[in-house]
Amino acid sequence: MRTRKLGFMTAAMSMAGALVLATSACGGDDSGSAGSDRPVTLTYWASNQGPSLEADKQVLQPELDRFEKQTGIKVNVEVVPWSDLLNRILAATTSGQGPDVLNIGNTWSASLQATGAFVPFDDAALAALGGKERFLGPSLAATGAAGQPPTAVPIYGMTYGLFYNKKMFADAGIDGPPKTWDELIADGKKLTRDGKWGLAVEGASVSENAHHAFIFGQQHGADLFDSSGKAQFDSPQQVAAVKQYIDLMAVRKIVNPGNAEYANGTEAIQDFVTGKAAMLMWQSIASSVKAAGVSEDDFGLAPIPLPDPGAGGRQVNGMVAGINLAVFKHTKNSDAAMKFVAFMTGKEAQQTLNKAYGSLPTVNDAYDDPAFQTPTIKAFQQILANTAAPLPQVPDESQFETLVGTAMNQMFADAAAGKPITDEYVKAKLSDAKQQMTGGN
Amino acid sequence: MVVSTPSRSGAWRGAERGGGDGGGGRITRLIPVRLRRVGLPYLLILPAVLLELLIHLVPMVIGVGMSFLKLTQFFIRNWLAAPFAGLGNYRVAVDVDSAVGAALLHSFLVTVAFTLLAVGLSWLFGMCGAVLMQRPFRGRGVLRTLFLVPYALPIYAGVITWSFMFQRDSGMINHVLVEQLHLTDEHPFWLIGGNSFASLVVVAVWRLWPFAFLVLTAGLQNIPEDLYEASAIDGASWWRQVRTITLPLLRPVNQVLVLVLFLWNFNDFNTPYVLFGKSAPREADLISIHIYQSSFVTWNFGSGAAMSVLLLLFLLLVTTVYLALTTRRRIRA
Repeated sequence: MRTRKLGFMTAAMSMAGALVLATSACGGDDSGSAGSDRPVTLTYWASNQGPSLEADKQVLQPELDRFEKQTGIKVNVEVVPWSDLLNRILAATTSGQGPDVLNIGNTWSASLQATGAFVPFDDAALAALGGKERFLGPSLAATGAAGQPPTAVPIYGMTYGLFYNKKMFADAGIDGPPKTWDELIADGKKLTRDGKWGLAVEGASVSENAHHAFIFGQQHGADLFDSSGKAQFDSPQQVAAVKQYIDLMAVRKIVNPGNAEYANGTEAIQDFVTGKAAMLMWQSIASSVKAAGVSEDDFGLAPIPLPDPGAGGRQVNGMVAGINLAVFKHTKNSDAAMKFVAFMTGKEAQQTLNKAYGSLPTVNDAYDDPAFQTPTIKAFQQILANTAAPLPQVPDESQFETLVGTAMNQMFADAAAGKPITDEYVKAKLSDAKQQMTGGN
Repeated sequence: MVVSTPSRSGAWRGAERGGGDGGGGRITRLIPVRLRRVGLPYLLILPAVLLELLIHLVPMVIGVGMSFLKLTQFFIRNWLAAPFAGLGNYRVAVDVDSAVGAALLHSFLVTVAFTLLAVGLSWLFGMCGAVLMQRPFRGRGVLRTLFLVPYALPIYAGVITWSFMFQRDSGMINHVLVEQLHLTDEHPFWLIGGNSFASLVVVAVWRLWPFAFLVLTAGLQNIPEDLYEASAIDGASWWRQVRTITLPLLRPVNQVLVLVLFLWNFNDFNTPYVLFGKSAPREADLISIHIYQSSFVTWNFGSGAAMSVLLLLFLLLVTTVYLALTTRRRIRA
């Protein structure tokens, strides 16, 4: 008896020992630990902003070298593709093993803030970056829940605009971009002919659909979450907003039904850049234009038409998109990490990087560079500064994007198949999305 | 008990006497002989057991534990702080009146239909291929290699090619069906709507039938040639040979093959993920993608874990019943 018990005990103990060994081996990576005489090395996860991971690395490396020259701090950068970024961040949050500094999509700010994984930027930390006033207000508003210190600071800014093909507009006898939604539809109908279409949409892209649901929801005066943070995706205003967008294909017939299967975030741009569609509501298309070998002058940028001010909606025609920079709480080099944040939000890095990526600087003092005075960038900056609103900064925001975006994928699929898109139908789909939200919690 | 005590004290005494020995000898002598003899086999398989525990059981147990927690983004830094949800996650998942439960049930039914079709067709193609290639003929090696190509291709490369071919406006399938064969006037959708289910089955069968072919070919090698010769002398037709010799002798191979195909297809994540992206169309919403969506993408890890545990239980049940039924039939036969 005793021997058997003893055998079991030994087995159990050696097992426990092996487990401890395994976990301590995981935790044993102290390559970046401070307190030694070795030079400090930071690990930085950058999001993919340019046409490829390699291109991004080439853009970032000279700036990182400059940072190392200034401070002696070496930064190892890894450009993480969008398909992996959130998964990697969640894994790093769970395990406590990850980079020191990282990029996050600004719509994730409140959700990630709730994990408590990032160092909050309190007033003192913001002062070290030059103060709140330096940053573009809307971009800084998309950094976490209201009333809490930002969980990250904005580094690249972007918003939505209406791109249009100048030549196709001229050929159709239209002298300028549409100023109202009715004009947009009328223009779209004139442009839809000979196998070409008025407008292109990324109909199976969850995030694109969710962003448009938000923008048009704002125009109709809808709130996705009530004041207590409860989802209300199926309010009459939100239903009208989503229907307005789906109707572009279902009723107005100015969008190619084939767009309903565009899922990977590049196909609608391709259609637009190659002249298969005359308009596109999008963020920056600079890198795709370059890749297609066409001139940026072929395309104009106008704001997405605002609603009639008397109709009761909000004067919003863009969402505050962009990338924020966050510092992981588990970093052993918080001083160095903060220095790096100051560097990345500094005027010079802001100008160089945003120029390379075709995005907008998030600090006011960076705009004196002539590169940010082009018509496209100026138009974007006007929209971002004046008529863009941040997505709701609540922890459940990412659920909204997934559920409503997915519901809209189905609506586009049904519209493409010729099913009638009625108010009741849209409301039913949005109610279903809302229930999955409350049910899942 | 009585036996072990003197032998142990003996070992101690031995240790005291031989104080100057090398360390290895002393430790050996510290362990009683009986324990040494009984324990050796366990000691030898200990590394394997430990690795098995680490790689399979521990994550599984953690997953089961997660399913009882209200684990959202608020708690992923410190799971222990997550509030206990009891059976709450399971209740939501199996409540078919709620939106979450109804969606899960729908996805489950889609997956069952998909699995039955994919396993049946893969097996049928594999069987036909293997039987037709049983007798040597010129070019057999080349054909066999060709048949195995889909299985050898990386999943991503193969499936992404299919997704290009399935595109409505620029895909090859529609080009052949509409522009060349003039079967329909309208370009049908293959990646969204009802046809997406068919696309998924086609790609899954394309990807997995070579495996069935490979396993069945190997199984056929073990059937003695003289059985066919003897039956041929007795005048048995080819079809009769297939029915009375090939199929019965392949039964053990088929038993394993069908089970493996079932499990792979039921759990398949890669094919729908690469074909449709993050959110699959409702008609082709396989359960692994569905669970991924309702946990990872919506940050509700407890709920996703509960659904995974339900899936695990279902697969365990099916496997057990299947093995029990097929084994009994084999013994009876």
